[in-house]
Amino acid sequence: MFKDIAFGQYYPVDSVIHRLDARIKLVLTVMFVVAIFFVNTYFGFMLTAAFLLLVILLARLPMLSVLKSVRAVLFIVVFAAVINLFMINEGTVLWSWKSLHITDTAVHTTIKMTLRLVLLISGASLLSLTTTPVEISDGMESLMKPLKFIKVPVHDIAMIMSIALRFIPTLFEETGKIVSAQKARGASFDTGGLIARAKALLPVLIPLFVNSFRRADELAFAMDARCYNATDKRTKMKVMKLRVADVIAFFVVTAFFVAILLDRYYFVGALDKLMFGGLV
Amino acid sequence: MSAISIKNLTYVYSKKTPYEKKALDNVSLQIEEGEFVGLVGATGSGKSTLIQHFNGLIRKQEGEVVVDGLDASKKKSLKNLRFRVGMVFQYPEYQLFEDTVAKDVAFGPKNMKLPKDEIDRRVRRAMEVVGLPYDEFAGRSPFELSGGEKRRAAIAGVIAMEPRILVLDEPVAGLDPAGRREILELILKLKAEVSPTVVMVSHYMDDLAETASRIVALKDGRIVADGTPEEVFGDREKAAEAGLDLPTAAKIVDALAARGISLEKTVVTRRALVNGLVKYRKDKSDGNTKAGDENV
Ligand SMILES: Nc1ncnc2c1ncn2[C@@H]1O[C@H](COP(=O)(O)OP(=O)(O)OP(=O)(O)O)[C@@H](O)[C@H]1O
Ligand SMILES: [Mg+2]
Repeated sequence: MFKDIAFGQYYPVDSVIHRLDARIKLVLTVMFVVAIFFVNTYFGFMLTAAFLLLVILLARLPMLSVLKSVRAVLFIVVFAAVINLFMINEGTVLWSWKSLHITDTAVHTTIKMTLRLVLLISGASLLSLTTTPVEISDGMESLMKPLKFIKVPVHDIAMIMSIALRFIPTLFEETGKIVSAQKARGASFDTGGLIARAKALLPVLIPLFVNSFRRADELAFAMDARCYNATDKRTKMKVMKLRVADVIAFFVVTAFFVAILLDRYYFVGALDKLMFGGLV
Repeated sequence: MSAISIKNLTYVYSKKTPYEKKALDNVSLQIEEGEFVGLVGATGSGKSTLIQHFNGLIRKQEGEVVVDGLDASKKKSLKNLRFRVGMVFQYPEYQLFEDTVAKDVAFGPKNMKLPKDEIDRRVRRAMEVVGLPYDEFAGRSPFELSGGEKRRAAIAGVIAMEPRILVLDEPVAGLDPAGRREILELILKLKAEVSPTVVMVSHYMDDLAETASRIVALKDGRIVADGTPEEVFGDREKAAEAGLDLPTAAKIVDALAARGISLEKTVVTRRALVNGLVKYRKDKSDGNTKAGDENV
């Protein structure tokens, strides 16, 4: 029952995208997410999809791995689409049944919103597919450095984050082991009503908590024993350095961003008319 | 009918991902009732994967698993299977969860839906057998026990189900020599009193040579040696090929051979070593007298 929860999506192959600096990838992902919200034409969506496809190809990821993350939120996407389809009342009515109406505006809005969500999630998942959790938290720490001046304990936050990230897989593994052990004693987790099921989880949760506290304690001791302290100027084992590829990536995404803005504010949908004619 | 019958079992973790890993490769194995099987092999050789097939914790992908006459791939027989195969995992003390030892030990029998007095009887018996006197330990919290006591409590939780087959994954890992010996003696006692068939995973060749009636060695998911300890360790070349360490007794035999004292290669236990040496001395003194006789 626990193995369906996908974590650590990282897809371990070597590619240009994988090798990009984590900070750059973080910034570019944010840029991409912002850009998506400016997209409002079918041409814009096509451009975004093409851009994503290019990145996926460069990253040597199988299409399936990207689609998997979409599948995880499929329910929300479908739900939002259905709500949208029936709630928007402007425009000419195309179809109606009793008090339900579907208008042409609703159809367009729904298609666009669905595309936006799907592209957004695919784009964001590219970050976790090509960057290890440790790289991400290192990158975040580096990007948050300026906050030190307003006395935000950036290093501590980053440390907490990387420890948490580090132990998530351990926690899953351990959960699996305990579940197996209790199943071996005849426990069943998928029978009975809601209360019975919640109760059945106790034999798993209690040892899990006990072990987690024990582990946290041991880790704290171990860090202490090695004189860890968060306040001093610690150096990094892996120093992050920007390279040519990072700069190129930055310009490519900037170009994409500008194209999206041009399409929205300069051409104002003219490209859609050109490509799809009367359909839009 | 074999206690455990496995045919052409192949198992692959994380199929069709970059993490794909073949943990078992066409494994066939018959274990008869009454056997004490020592399962050995390097880290990652597939031992844990194999034993978790015995009670359907891992559902077979390819091949056939029949345990005690039950097909382990049938969902219907799973529950029954789990009560017939008692499985003690590595570091079982981390699975204790109830607020008293007695309640924790009763978890398995309760899941079996046994009547209350039968549960009580089994809890008492299991605790006595593992050496945790009921009157002293029943009301204590499992989290306040020592490491060795915790492990005993956890083992009691498994044997309270009185399984026909007992499977143990590295039951002595992380124990001191005294604790190790105690657990081994406990396992032999359990075999005699509760579960006639035992499968034990261990990295301690000495323990296995002393206790197991049969050694099965895995390497990269394949069975590379199978036989009595004498056969498996006696064939030094094959044992080395299988990546097996030798029991201390066998190592001593080799060291003695290097010094010109040759004993049987099938000597793998302390007792056999002592017997072998006594016999060697006797033969030699007999031989000496003979040789002396000739000289006269
Ligand atoms: N849940 C899992 N997901 C993916 N791979 C796994 C999983 N469990 C085990 N493996 C892999 O399968 C192989 C066999 O593992 P297994 O646990 O059966 O080995 P083992 O012989 O019990 O080793 P050990 O002596 O360390 O306990 C190993 O290479 C391991 O990395
Ligand atoms: Mg193992």
